[in-house]
Amino acid sequence: MSNLTLKVNGRIHTLDIDPSTPLLYILRNDLGLQGPRFGCGLGQCGACTVIINGAAIRSCITAASTVKGEITTLEGLAHEGRLHPLQQAWIDEQVPQCGFCQNGQIMTAKALLDKNPNPTDAQIREGMSRTLCRCMTYYRIQAAIRRGAKVIADARAASEKEVVA
Amino acid sequence: MKAMASIPQQVEEVLQQRAAAPSRRNFLKSAGMLAVTFSALGTDPVIPAASAQTAAASGAGPYPDPDFLQLDSWIVIHEDNTATFYVGKTDCGQGTGTAFRQMMSDELDIAYDKTTCIMGSTDITVDQGGSGGSTAIERDGWPMRRVAAEARRVLLEMGSARLGRPVDQLAVSAGVITVKGDPSRSVTYGQLIGGKRFHVALTGNNINATTGVAAVKPVQELKMVGQSPQRYDIPAKVDGSLKWAVDVKLPGMVHARNVKPPFAGARLTGIDESSVRSMPGFIKVVSKGNYVAVVCEREEQAIQASRQLNASWEKPATAPFPSSEDLFQYMRGATPTSTPNPRVVGNPDAAFASAAKVIEAEYEVPFQGHTAIGPAHATADPSNGLMTIYSNDMKSYGMRTGIATFLGMPREKVRVVWMEGPQGFGRTAADDAGCEAAYLAREIGRPVRIQWMRNEETAWDTKAPAFTVQVRGGLDAGGNLVALDYHALAADHNHLGYNEPDTVLIAQLMGSRRAKPAAGSAATPSEMYAIPHRRMTAQVVSLPLVWETPLRTGNLRDPNGPQSTFASESFIDELASAAKVDPLEFRMKLLTASTIDDTGFKRARSIAAVKAAAEAYGWDARPSPKRSGAGNILTGRGVSYAFRGQTIAAQIAEVEVNRRTGRVWVKRLVCAHDCGLVINPEALRHTIECAMLHSVSRALHEEVQFDTEKVTSLDWNSHPTLTHADAPARIDVVLVNGDPSPNRPDLPPYGAGETACKPMLAAVANAIYDATGVRIRRVPFRDARVLAALKAARV
Repeated sequence: MSNLTLKVNGRIHTLDIDPSTPLLYILRNDLGLQGPRFGCGLGQCGACTVIINGAAIRSCITAASTVKGEITTLEGLAHEGRLHPLQQAWIDEQVPQCGFCQNGQIMTAKALLDKNPNPTDAQIREGMSRTLCRCMTYYRIQAAIRRGAKVIADARAASEKEVVA
Repeated sequence: MKAMASIPQQVEEVLQQRAAAPSRRNFLKSAGMLAVTFSALGTDPVIPAASAQTAAASGAGPYPDPDFLQLDSWIVIHEDNTATFYVGKTDCGQGTGTAFRQMMSDELDIAYDKTTCIMGSTDITVDQGGSGGSTAIERDGWPMRRVAAEARRVLLEMGSARLGRPVDQLAVSAGVITVKGDPSRSVTYGQLIGGKRFHVALTGNNINATTGVAAVKPVQELKMVGQSPQRYDIPAKVDGSLKWAVDVKLPGMVHARNVKPPFAGARLTGIDESSVRSMPGFIKVVSKGNYVAVVCEREEQAIQASRQLNASWEKPATAPFPSSEDLFQYMRGATPTSTPNPRVVGNPDAAFASAAKVIEAEYEVPFQGHTAIGPAHATADPSNGLMTIYSNDMKSYGMRTGIATFLGMPREKVRVVWMEGPQGFGRTAADDAGCEAAYLAREIGRPVRIQWMRNEETAWDTKAPAFTVQVRGGLDAGGNLVALDYHALAADHNHLGYNEPDTVLIAQLMGSRRAKPAAGSAATPSEMYAIPHRRMTAQVVSLPLVWETPLRTGNLRDPNGPQSTFASESFIDELASAAKVDPLEFRMKLLTASTIDDTGFKRARSIAAVKAAAEAYGWDARPSPKRSGAGNILTGRGVSYAFRGQTIAAQIAEVEVNRRTGRVWVKRLVCAHDCGLVINPEALRHTIECAMLHSVSRALHEEVQFDTEKVTSLDWNSHPTLTHADAPARIDVVLVNGDPSPNRPDLPPYGAGETACKPMLAAVANAIYDATGVRIRRVPFRDARVLAALKAARV
């Protein structure tokens, strides 16, 4: 056991814990952040995805001690009480069935759009291809990503216009 | 048992958050009727709905059954003129809760957005069995509608007394009763009964027959039914606020992991506890028979300890099953465990003898897993001599009874609190983790959370039985189908029931044996074709190992439908091809050749659905296969049709087949679907889309593989599933109402959760044939299999 410091969703936590513990169990069981979920423990399905330094990371196979940088979980996506545009797009497209995997879908999509704000359909398929959904909501997820990308782009254009004005 | 004078604040907050409306507990408190009995729930907020011992409960004990013959068990009206509906169902992600609210708010005449729905917890909701069989709306919606109508009737009578006018001079809308012609005189439902009980008895011999005096509204008067309010469960699934069954945390809770036998049928010969005793957080190894679990303080400790535990096992003397490569050969050579008992129409032997052309084919569908995205899990709390299981079990009521029997506890001391979980397609009908959590919690004396690991879930979850189907068909000189012989064999011996205390896996591993394994079943096709002579035989075969086997079979979404329909609808295509007729026209001819229809007009509605699918797709009538073009990508389209119960689905798949790699992409899907009255069209479309794609996944990817010792499919690489890369570019769902009588307002609602799974495997196979001229008769159509078939045919 040793002291471990993690910054998650803007808050700093210090824990006395085995540093080899996978991040997933610390987030869920110690910090009460249960957006990320256990699906496989193998890094294959993506249900446990969090964002670290802009990258979608599978927390089930990430030892806590190796984390360098701030962690964002699904709970940390909303800003000032407003859902992230992707979360809103998920509601508008009525994406989830059971919803168990959707943490991974949303977090992977967010990391994708942060890197590539205007992905082609092929880039969405490729970027999301390792994030599994057994309800098979892929068709709607892809529609929601396109919708979210457009909302984000429109907001960016509007704010740029404002700056210019 | 300690009686609580008031409700813990955190519990109340969660209740408010979950229900977004006053809880039943609040209602009872304000009504001065609170007689709460709590186990040591502590202060953890993950407690779903209230668990009050209500006056509407029958019998004694801490957790008596809510009495379905009391209106108060179903509906609570709050002082703020909102309502909470308590129903005995569980939602696996199809949005049935939203549909219940639509139906009940229509009958009650209250605004939809002033209602909430509580589901599936055995001590606060009546026992409607949980979910299964696509019965949520078709069967269980009726008592919900009738009790809501009864509540409206009672409220109108109360309003009549309050307003001093007879009921026929009153109008009601959105929970407000007004005097006709004098809308200034009004009273709300909340003012009449908010915070009080109805004290109205209902009648009915069983829960499905529950009714009051009032009649339900005619379909023309329904307002919310037929609209598409967004599903209420989605926002909390998107913002991370929903508390799932996997999220339960209780004071003093510990974590468990199973240690499964490394070989099917293995016998535990010893455990070296010293291999884990010094590990941090270690509490106990629990073992009985061949069941082994490790319990630790923390979750990751339990995982580590379960991997490190040194246990010795003895392999069985004989192989538990053939390898998956040899499975179908084994099945064909096995003596069926069931009698043939064929269904015969006409004289098939004579018809075959005089047929101008006879063709035959054999189709194979392997074992396929449920493989839920989240493995089996549950948390059990043994405090105060009671047992509470927090679970996503779709059949929470049966689980309660099963666990009570399994543990030898009085049923009224056991309850199941249902919470959302990964969609399981029938997996949780035999909820292994719930039984394990309860057993371990009693052994340890503390709340226990257990979760299976991915390799356990994929190897040991319940399986859809493998099928091999031989079909023979006879065409006359005019290309008409005159004789059909269908013979299915399913490896479904000892098919698991629902949460049976003597067949759930932990019970089997502990040595529980029934005198006679469950018979299991195979299936025959579900279509309305006019075929003058036919013989339909469905038989069950057994693998050598019957108990404690990872190849134990259970209901997987539309049980047996996808397997049998893969064979029957592929073969109809083969017949159409042999007759050189367009496959859709061939089907239409078979549907229109008869004039006999059933009471649900299934034949007429089948015709309407097939037509609607063709129209939505823009079907180009021609025999299959298409002339294959140049280039690497070959395209084709296939049609398939089936019914389930009274619900019809006609589907068209368009595929691209890569002749270099063998990869099949299902590029476009069409489904024309008739399930009678539609409650929520958008939620239904979503359900149909996902059901189709589930079957596309089964068609293209899914197969449980095994050697002669163990299942070797252990994860998402070795039991793959559909991915984003496979998603179609376009899906069209057409909701058909093919009722042949224009004078009837509508048919009743029929089940819709599973029908769209049924035809799809054949639609994909037929499209591959259309594209390539190669018939794939073995599921799944993985790249290597398709490529080999294309090469063999020199495509």
